[in-house]
Amino acid sequence: MSERTLMGGNIAVAEGAILAGCRAYFGYPITPQNDLLEHMAHRMPEVGGVFLQTESELAAINMVYGAAATGIRAMTSTSSPGFSLQQEGISYMAGSETPAVIANIMRAGPGLGNIGGAQGDYMQCTRGGGHGDYSLICLAPSTVQEMMDLTMLAFELADKYRNPVIVMADGFLGQAMEPVVMRDPVRALPEKKWAITGAKGRPKNLINSFEMNPIDHPARIKLLLEKWERMRQQEMRYEGLNLEDAEIVLIAFGSAARSGLSAMQMARRNKIKVGLLRPITVMPFSYQPLADLAERGCKFVVAEMSGGQMLEDVRMAVGNDSEIRLVNSYGGVPLTADAIFEALDLLV
Amino acid sequence: MNEEEYRIFGRPEVMEDRPTHFCPGCGHGIIQRMIGEVIDELGIQERAICIGSIGCTVTSYAYFKVDGLEAAHGRAPAVATAIKRCHPELIAFTIQGDGDLASIGMAEIVHACARGENFTVIFANNATYGMTGGQLAPTTLLGMYTSSTPLGRSEKQAGFPIRVSEMLATLDGPSYIARVAVHTPANVRKARKAIEIAFRAQMAGLGLSLVEVLSMCPINWKVEPRQAPAWMNEKMIPQYPLGEFKVIPEVERLRRSMRG
Repeated sequence: MSERTLMGGNIAVAEGAILAGCRAYFGYPITPQNDLLEHMAHRMPEVGGVFLQTESELAAINMVYGAAATGIRAMTSTSSPGFSLQQEGISYMAGSETPAVIANIMRAGPGLGNIGGAQGDYMQCTRGGGHGDYSLICLAPSTVQEMMDLTMLAFELADKYRNPVIVMADGFLGQAMEPVVMRDPVRALPEKKWAITGAKGRPKNLINSFEMNPIDHPARIKLLLEKWERMRQQEMRYEGLNLEDAEIVLIAFGSAARSGLSAMQMARRNKIKVGLLRPITVMPFSYQPLADLAERGCKFVVAEMSGGQMLEDVRMAVGNDSEIRLVNSYGGVPLTADAIFEALDLLV
Repeated sequence: MNEEEYRIFGRPEVMEDRPTHFCPGCGHGIIQRMIGEVIDELGIQERAICIGSIGCTVTSYAYFKVDGLEAAHGRAPAVATAIKRCHPELIAFTIQGDGDLASIGMAEIVHACARGENFTVIFANNATYGMTGGQLAPTTLLGMYTSSTPLGRSEKQAGFPIRVSEMLATLDGPSYIARVAVHTPANVRKARKAIEIAFRAQMAGLGLSLVEVLSMCPINWKVEPRQAPAWMNEKMIPQYPLGEFKVIPEVERLRRSMRG
């Protein structure tokens, strides 16, 4: 099946979820992801799933927790201020090993900010964001096709690790329209013996993150830490373009990576040896590939739509001896290819 | 004589053989037991889901041999909503205290009621935050001393206590809302009956059922356990009158068909 359909980014997330077997969606209206919620309002009943518009993002994430605890593939979508509210529930899901997918279609902050696209939730998405030390996989699509594909991957990884997974896109990508190749629906879903479905013919199952006695708690956390370490070792993904001979490496994800691609092409036309490293998982981050490029003597340009958050990860990866420039936009405006090209040109 | 003949008071089948973590004179143990008796009587152990909340109800799921989940503070009605929407055949119940349900979780319970979600809420009201050391709760009585109202609750500083059952009964979604107490054996019998009605209402798919149980907290009321029932009678019940606040006709018919 390779039918091409013109589709919006947010709709591609919804359709990707349905293809992945998601049958429960809970959400609250917030721009710029309203079309995702509205799409689910008619699609979930069509596929025999559950749709509920909730009283708040808090209720939405806790409903995802409840639905996912019964073994169903469940998700919510929101945008930055709503994502802040959902940190509580995400922490509970990480602590109780409940798999689910949360799509954060980022807008500008802090506070109310505005509804323009942004990447300012990078730290919140990649560092967990909620209380307690836990880790999440965070996927960063940069095309509408990837909005679909990475949402499908998110459900797979959530179940694989029994952990919440974040799909992190910006509002520009959520609203973008592009042709999408429809994927085959996932037919075989994993068995979930841990799910709460009624204790019939088996001992009871519990979904919790609580230990009354601190003496008993470290052993449980140790297992979680080991799991998250496995996740970090095995799930790092990135796309590299023209890295082989690159003297300057541009690092960008999401919408910024699209401007980055144009900027790289402009630079190449000007005989500047630029390569693009686009993290697909921003958590786990591409530390090793960047460290290898630093070893080779590359210079780095970080292009992102925030005050400079991924910049810290890049600095951690390449060390203090490499030259790094930040080119960014913030406040809900796109980062242009011209601005990125200028930054590349300055490094030559 | 064998052991069976000796036994006049056993543990409900569904309850785990373990001591509770409740303080002397606390009403929570009675509440747990009543729920256990009702689960046994209705034969729903294999499809019951216990949703614990935060506060003294935190380990509720530890006392029942049923599948369980621990919800975040105040969010149990959201969790229960999703479980029942995804699996209507399960019997979901939350056990929530007054801080959990009537303060931080007020939005979740109000909207679950408004939507008429089909699960059961056992709401333990002891007029204080028991687990954290007896602070002001939304249900704390006027004039009542708590660790965060050292001069007693004044309406000017801390507002008025909330009558949850009366308030939720104004909504159209719930099928059954009652307030009961566990300070005397006669009241315990009535409370058990109300809990049974609430579970039966859920089994019949009639919408949200809620039983508010006035429960003793002698440690934080700073009275002797044996004096706590009298304290409840004198102080709490005038503010929180016992009775049924919402009984839809289908529940009324269901109740009439119950034995006893």
